[in-house]
Amino acid sequence: MHIAVCIKQVPDSAQIRVHPVTNTIMRQGVPAIINPFDLFALEEALRLKDRFGARVTVVSMGPLQAEGAMKKAISFGADEAILVTDKVFAGADTLATSYALGAALRRLNETEPLDIVFTGKQTIDGDTAQVGPGLAIRLGFQLLSYVSSIDRIDPSTREIVVHRRAEGGVQVLSSRLPCVITMLEGTNEMRFATMPDMFRAARFEVKQWNRDAAGIEDIKQVGLKGSPTVVNKVYAPQPKAVQAEFITGDTPMHQTDALVTRLFADHPKLAADLVAHLALQKGSSK
Amino acid sequence: MTEELKAAVPAKFPVERFDAIVVGAGPAGNAAAYTLAKAGLAVLLLERGEYPGSKNVQGAILYSDALERIIPNFRDSAPLERHIVEQRFWLLDERTSLTSAQYRSEAFNKPPYNRYTIIRARFDKWFAQKVEEAGALLICETTVTGLLRDNAGRVIGVRTERENGDIYADVVVLADGVNSLVPSRAGLRPEIKANDMALAVKEVLFLPKEMIEQRFNIHGNEGSVTEIAGGITHGMLGTGFIYTNKDSLAIGIGCILKDMKKHRITPCDLLEGLKNHPMVKPLIAGSEMKEYSAHMIPEGGYNSLPQLYGDGWMIVGDSAGFVNSVHREGSNLAMTTGRIAAEIIIGLKAAGKPMNAANLAAYKETLDSSFVMADLKKYKDVTRLFESNPHYLNSYPAFISGAIRDFLTVDGQSKAQKQHKIFQGLRQRRSLWGILGDAYKFWRTFK
Ligand SMILES: Cc1cc2nc3c(=O)[nH]c(=O)nc-3n(C[C@H](O)[C@H](O)[C@H](O)COP(=O)(O)OP(=O)(O)OC[C@H]3O[C@@H](n4cnc5c(N)ncnc54)[C@H](O)[C@@H]3O)c2cc1C
Repeated sequence: MHIAVCIKQVPDSAQIRVHPVTNTIMRQGVPAIINPFDLFALEEALRLKDRFGARVTVVSMGPLQAEGAMKKAISFGADEAILVTDKVFAGADTLATSYALGAALRRLNETEPLDIVFTGKQTIDGDTAQVGPGLAIRLGFQLLSYVSSIDRIDPSTREIVVHRRAEGGVQVLSSRLPCVITMLEGTNEMRFATMPDMFRAARFEVKQWNRDAAGIEDIKQVGLKGSPTVVNKVYAPQPKAVQAEFITGDTPMHQTDALVTRLFADHPKLAADLVAHLALQKGSSK
Repeated sequence: MTEELKAAVPAKFPVERFDAIVVGAGPAGNAAAYTLAKAGLAVLLLERGEYPGSKNVQGAILYSDALERIIPNFRDSAPLERHIVEQRFWLLDERTSLTSAQYRSEAFNKPPYNRYTIIRARFDKWFAQKVEEAGALLICETTVTGLLRDNAGRVIGVRTERENGDIYADVVVLADGVNSLVPSRAGLRPEIKANDMALAVKEVLFLPKEMIEQRFNIHGNEGSVTEIAGGITHGMLGTGFIYTNKDSLAIGIGCILKDMKKHRITPCDLLEGLKNHPMVKPLIAGSEMKEYSAHMIPEGGYNSLPQLYGDGWMIVGDSAGFVNSVHREGSNLAMTTGRIAAEIIIGLKAAGKPMNAANLAAYKETLDSSFVMADLKKYKDVTRLFESNPHYLNSYPAFISGAIRDFLTVDGQSKAQKQHKIFQGLRQRRSLWGILGDAYKFWRTFK
């Protein structure tokens, strides 16, 4: 079994500050980390490695500095790391990213056929959740998004059963390998690397694939050129201080009553609709 | 490595073995590892933080000389904030006034500059990168929990918290900082006492470059340093500081831990007091806090230095207590002791001699004849002086500020009357013999 895990190195957004005067984002000195959502994907892949002896390759498109994230993935137990890196990839949006990553994965698939491609649910710096689905389309793999757990995999029939978190419940989906899985957060916990793995990572030479190695001929599809997304404006929302109100009352019933009255006062249309709706129900149940 | 050892290690993993393991990637550890790696030794540098510098706190002033002796052209690539052209000494009383001395010189404005402000998180990362470029192996997020010893008690490596975490080396350099648990757990260093330890808190306040330059009267990459003493420490032994970075200010204050316990004053109260002092407030107005940190400083000085070496181990930097609290020098002593320890190891290695206590004694001998020990010896009684004479911190600063205020107030009294009144004021605080005794003790300690 061969598994690819797509990871991205991102600035730790918890540590990003907005310039108090110019209102721009201050990236300087903000540490780079593996996109936290990707860690759930990586751990899930490593569990399959433990169970089936799968081979795990981490793949990332990014600048050379992203080597740090790749080595970290190696320390957790990944077998191979490929950094897809080229000047022409700079400024990529999710469309151009999935194009470049997709090309690299297809190349990888030619030499070592892939069974599963994992991604995190989304990144913390873009929050789009588009790259995973974009890869599935490009690779022609089944897409299993927002997966919370892998129930079972049958290597002989190549059937996979997963739990997928959806609005209002959990779906149990059965599908076929090869597939793309975007992994939900909070579904597992990253392991603590062993010392021998730390040594392996420290000495590891991350493979670098430029556009030729990734098999990309049409450079109009990658980087800034291949990115139709336009960022119109970046701004820090003005913090609004809203005075909290305390709803009081002697009993929970009085409190709820006061709350509803208070809400209805602000939203007369909602109140009218609700009353009409209740009247209708009463009418129909008679 | 002995045969028993080889047998004891699970064969599944290659035994990791180095000429030297350095514990901690602060200035001391980086200096040691860099020097060792440059000489071609197989070096492992272990750091518990997420990256070197992620846990480290300093004002921070970098003294060029110590680093220059290790990386002569450090200015080409090190993340330096501003070079210092001006030093201010402030005596701040608890809440109203300021007495100050200021030194500024164009001599400080000519390269190569002698002192810089730095941001340790960036600086340590840069330094560790240089260590890696020199050929050492750096592994972060790995805490050393203990030392490995052979039957004769010689240190032969370290144990880390990770699975299969034992690593072997001819010599272990302990550079794990003031909180260093490794040597104290291993019984190589006594626990540091509360009267030898200062606790400092520091904030980094973001402020646009232009505002910093206006407020501190500096331009381009010029920087200013303000060292603060007086009533602002509530009579406890300690000092504060304000340093200018490129687009932030570092402001901090620290006092001896024992005093804080006795006075029941928390470090954050002290810092709030400093930030709200009318002389400080306008300097930091409109800034945004970027970082808040607290850290200890070992201030026991010469009298508290532990045994510095033994069979298979050496201790450098804050971990040993190499800090000159009078001049707020620590990182330079850390780098210097780290470098000297490395040079001793390199010499022994080249001569094919074992890293035993008898041979490593050369480390202490070299330090003894260097500025490190000379400076620490010079001020060896300073902490004790203040500890047993708290009026130095209570009476004199208040007196000085009151005296100057009286002298400058034009109110119809003759200057002679004023001088008389000032002297009376002093006499009320201290007897004549007391004053003379204080002056003598002060001179003895600082001479
Ligand atoms: C507020 C403040 C202001 C200061 N201002 C100045 C100044 O302006 N100029 C100056 O020269 N000095 C200053 N100092 C002192 C200076 O910061 C220290 O002397 C210096 O950092 C000592 O360097 P070090 O390498 O010995 O220790 P540290 O810098 O503390 O480095 C120790 C390293 O070891 C790591 N470590 C600890 N335990 C373990 C373990 N078990 N396993 C693995 N790694 C471990 C730590 O994470 C850390 O990276 C200041 C200190 C403070 C607190």
